[in-house]
Amino acid sequence: MDGSPFPVIAALDALTGALFLLTALGVVATRQVLASLQLFILQSLLLTLSAVLLGIALGSVHLFAVAGITIATKTLLIPWLLQRTVSADVYRTREIERVLNIPSSLLLSAVLIVLAYVIASPILNAVEVPFAAVNLPLGMAAIFLGAFTIVVRREAVPQLLGLLAVENGVFFAGIAIVPNLPVIAELAAAVDVPVVVLVIGLLTRRIYRRLGTTSVGQLAALREH
Amino acid sequence: MLERIVYNLLQVFVVVAFAPLVEGVVSRLKEILQSKRGPSIFQPYRDIWKLLHKDEIVSEHSSWIFRVAPYVAFTAPVFVALLIPVLTRYPLFFAFMGDMLGGGFVLALGGFVTTLAAVDTANPYGPMGASRTRMVGFLAEPVFIVVFLTVSFVAGSTIPYIVQTRWVTPIANFFEPSHVLLMIAFLMLILAEDGRIPVDSPSGQFELAMIDRSKSLEYSGRGAALMKWAGAMKFFILICIFLNVLVVPWGLAPEDSGLTGVLLAIPFVLLKIFVFVLVLVYIESSLAKLRLFRITEFLGAAFVISVVAMITRLSEI
Repeated sequence: MDGSPFPVIAALDALTGALFLLTALGVVATRQVLASLQLFILQSLLLTLSAVLLGIALGSVHLFAVAGITIATKTLLIPWLLQRTVSADVYRTREIERVLNIPSSLLLSAVLIVLAYVIASPILNAVEVPFAAVNLPLGMAAIFLGAFTIVVRREAVPQLLGLLAVENGVFFAGIAIVPNLPVIAELAAAVDVPVVVLVIGLLTRRIYRRLGTTSVGQLAALREH
Repeated sequence: MLERIVYNLLQVFVVVAFAPLVEGVVSRLKEILQSKRGPSIFQPYRDIWKLLHKDEIVSEHSSWIFRVAPYVAFTAPVFVALLIPVLTRYPLFFAFMGDMLGGGFVLALGGFVTTLAAVDTANPYGPMGASRTRMVGFLAEPVFIVVFLTVSFVAGSTIPYIVQTRWVTPIANFFEPSHVLLMIAFLMLILAEDGRIPVDSPSGQFELAMIDRSKSLEYSGRGAALMKWAGAMKFFILICIFLNVLVVPWGLAPEDSGLTGVLLAIPFVLLKIFVFVLVLVYIESSLAKLRLFRITEFLGAAFVISVVAMITRLSEI
């Protein structure tokens, strides 16, 4: 960080990154479905903040576009879609049954974060971008944690949030490595992701109506009535 | 040289004198948040005064450990108060007698002796509380170790006076991710270690649910007063370490300000503690007490946060 030409912005970006990682951990660990949705919204806000900070520092208009798209889709559209499609009962539930209990999944998350740093370090030697040292490892860690969320949880909505957290992680790493990413790529993502959310949300709604539960982790075995 | 000894003793005096006040402010604020009036903030002093003038009853089945424990528990925080920065920015006379780990060991000694004393009387609630405290303690231990390791790695020293300047010079260091994560982890530690609400309910009167407080149930008179006072001081010391070393090392007396500077630092430090207590009361009032086996999750989260702080630090962000 000391070699960076923007010490204050670099520090703020690092802080944002730390909180970003914390929210990713929260999505892995929180029991309440509603709380993990709120954590995801917070995570998207932090992603926006990081994009704005990088946009100011690097003078890139594209990053402001990323920030705007993130705000519009991930903090407004996706939560709204999820609240509309999935019934309110689901958000009141607590996920008691998980594949792993919370302390072990937190410890595994710590291992994943270490792994992210290990993997990111050779890439960091290759790219010469000022903010990659913060954003790349933390973004990769968020990708891993999001994937881990999908593995470890059994409720449909938290699993979807894990998928979205992966997407957030990709963006968090991406805005640092490729600050001049064409807006078309972001727009594509901005359209794709709500569609995914809509489809999974509607599917969850059907599952919930049929079975009265959204613990899709229990749907692995076929059963005849 | 002589004046540094005087300041050091003054620092100990501040800890001893104001610790019950902090306790009183916490309980008053909590009551106010619940739309009640609450006891006076000087109530802990009155309690201690009253208990000191009462007869002490000691079970005839207890051993010397039970009798010695209040004195050890009282001395441990007083001793730690010699080592940590409470009022000054520069190291005082006894500062190099022990580092943060040494202070941690001394505090742990106090906890250890009270645990033994709780088991000693064979009152069923004492050993139960003692074993629960141990459970919280050994879950909190790795977090303590990782936090101290990271802090001393960053500062290149384990003396708290040297650590505190590192985070704020230059001010950009304050926002380092490892610093922020360490603050969160240490705050969770304070909540666990002092038996605050997500872990334990400090004002609860129900023996079966108690963790920390049931250890001193058997004490009466002077022993009870010392135990109460010792608990307040331990809390004060933890807040001081948190605020003066990790979070806001401002408002402390600079090197050349003499006695007036040290005296002026007292209201500043109390003000900082008051702000911290506001946050603490907010946390305590907005959360519910965790079930016993959920404490693992709480401290597991603290551990992961501290480990992440260490990783982000070691990889030189």
